[in-house]
Amino acid sequence: MLNFLNTIINGISLGSIYAIIALGYTMVYGIAKMLNFAHGDVIMVGGYLVYTGMISWGFNPLLAILFACIGCTMLGILTERVAYKPLRGASSNLAVLITAIGVSYFLQNISLLIFTANPKSFTSVITWEGISLADGQLKIQGITIVTIVAGIVVLLALQLFIKRTKAGQAMLAVSEDKGAATLMGIDVNKTISLTFAIGSGLAAIAGALLCSAYPVLTPYTGAMPGIKAFVAAVLGGIGSIPGAMLGGLLLGVAETLSKRYISTQLADAIVFAILIVMLLVRPAGLLGKKLQEKV
Amino acid sequence: MKLRKQTKKEFITYAIVLLFYAVVMILDVTGNLKSHTKGLLVPVCYYATAAVSLNLVVGILGDLSLGHAGFMCVGAFSSSLFSVVFKESAMPVGLRFLIALIIGTAVAALFGFLIGIPVLRLNGDYLAIVTLAFGEIIKNILAAIYLGYDEAGVHLSLKSFTLQGEGKMLINGAMGIQGVPTDSNFTVATLILILTLVVVQHIVDSRTGRAIMSIRDNRIAAESIGINVTKYKMLAFTVSAAIAGTVGVLFSHNTSTLTAASNYFGYNVSIMILVYVVLGGIGSIRGSVIAAALLYALPEMLRGLGNLSNYRMLIYSVILIAVMLWNWAPAARTWREKVFAGKGGKADAAS
Repeated sequence: MLNFLNTIINGISLGSIYAIIALGYTMVYGIAKMLNFAHGDVIMVGGYLVYTGMISWGFNPLLAILFACIGCTMLGILTERVAYKPLRGASSNLAVLITAIGVSYFLQNISLLIFTANPKSFTSVITWEGISLADGQLKIQGITIVTIVAGIVVLLALQLFIKRTKAGQAMLAVSEDKGAATLMGIDVNKTISLTFAIGSGLAAIAGALLCSAYPVLTPYTGAMPGIKAFVAAVLGGIGSIPGAMLGGLLLGVAETLSKRYISTQLADAIVFAILIVMLLVRPAGLLGKKLQEKV
Repeated sequence: MKLRKQTKKEFITYAIVLLFYAVVMILDVTGNLKSHTKGLLVPVCYYATAAVSLNLVVGILGDLSLGHAGFMCVGAFSSSLFSVVFKESAMPVGLRFLIALIIGTAVAALFGFLIGIPVLRLNGDYLAIVTLAFGEIIKNILAAIYLGYDEAGVHLSLKSFTLQGEGKMLINGAMGIQGVPTDSNFTVATLILILTLVVVQHIVDSRTGRAIMSIRDNRIAAESIGINVTKYKMLAFTVSAAIAGTVGVLFSHNTSTLTAASNYFGYNVSIMILVYVVLGGIGSIRGSVIAAALLYALPEMLRGLGNLSNYRMLIYSVILIAVMLWNWAPAARTWREKVFAGKGGKADAAS
């Protein structure tokens, strides 16, 4: 029973990381209507920036995460400006997806050149031991608790931002109807840039948490979690912020449960099978709105 | 006899492949071919074949599939299973390899058909991610199963087991299939490449191909003139998967050990083939062949030149982004139209 509880807690922790990444996906998808394939690699860059800050320059963990957030935010804005913005209004929607794959490749390979393929062993940004319950039979690591708390804080902050600020309302408006938003005097380009900035900043936080929980960092670290986070975003309903959170948590729990009780090797396959079943049964996702396809 | 423009274009492609084959053969006979270069010949052919087949889905049908490596994986494992079982039988090598090719192709086609049913209801980004998901599922399952036979019969399990008495392990989990006969060679690979070119070109130039392209250009318009969208989408997807299966057979029969590892059958391989397709020109069959051959062989040939190969993927990714922006960005298109307008509207032909 305690084992099961432990697995669930680990699953929620992993799910919180997925959720933070999925928030970035879902916002960008909702507003720019594109699958930012490179989002997972921004996580990896964030991980490397935290690593560089902490190990090479001796920053304290919080400063290192802040540094990574700023770096990733700039990276997000830059890639949007250079690679995605020129393709807005292109006749084929494959164009921007393939370009995003190119950006993903670019980020992986430039990290490969700078940091080499040797895995870096990441020191956790959290030094807290954690708590032990039930006479030490149930140990919860510090990083697990911090990750779960971080997930909740990020979700609440984002909800507040979107509901209460002008920029957030502008995001909602752009995601509903770009043309109408332009007519209302909203600067669509700026809003999309802001979305990329927030998504990439969140990716940096996710990168720090991911590498603290699974302390091996290579140029390919971000790719798989990135894809799984997209699965989480689809599961919860793409474009929906609470949906991304719910999808992330469900996916994290499903993955750790199947790793623990079914097979380590099949865990990924099960995660992807969930995506396929979801898209067949309820394509709009758990909390997504069903949109009528315009003819 | 006057050839149609389309036919002429086809023959140039075949001529390029045959010329390449002839040059390599002459070099080989005269002893000018290093063994390292020889090892590249079969991969060059099967990656070119893979690029042509992916182009059928990406370029002609207009859907982005990221699961191509999964179909290669299915073809590789099904055919290798056959070859390993019949390795010691009296069957002649040529016949055995022919049957292996047919099995790999057929099984991949079946998977393509089955996966196509749910996948082709989606479009755009969802289709891309779901094909990726299917590819990863196939790879992960094949890396996790154990199959073997002994005196008690055939065993299939997700956990490692020991055989009772006389028997043999066929698929050994992550260790894959051992001792696949190395039946594929450059001649067979070239033949398959040409066969693929013939098949794909004929689909593209036929009524079927025009139907498929009309779905790409405007699905609603195509539907409204009575084109069965599902049927043609399935056709393109299944043919593409079948050829990917053939590629898998060539791949697995080129080295004796076959494992479902990420660097052979992961989604990265699908993306690499996609890079060949995009850089060769989306929709251009000949472009796919040339791009795959050059982009695969060049860095391997340049391996002696120090750390240049470290930069190759970086350079590819930059070129990939630049090509996409150049070909698709509305601003670049208007600019080109303006610049090339004086030359008889060539900009349209170039795009």
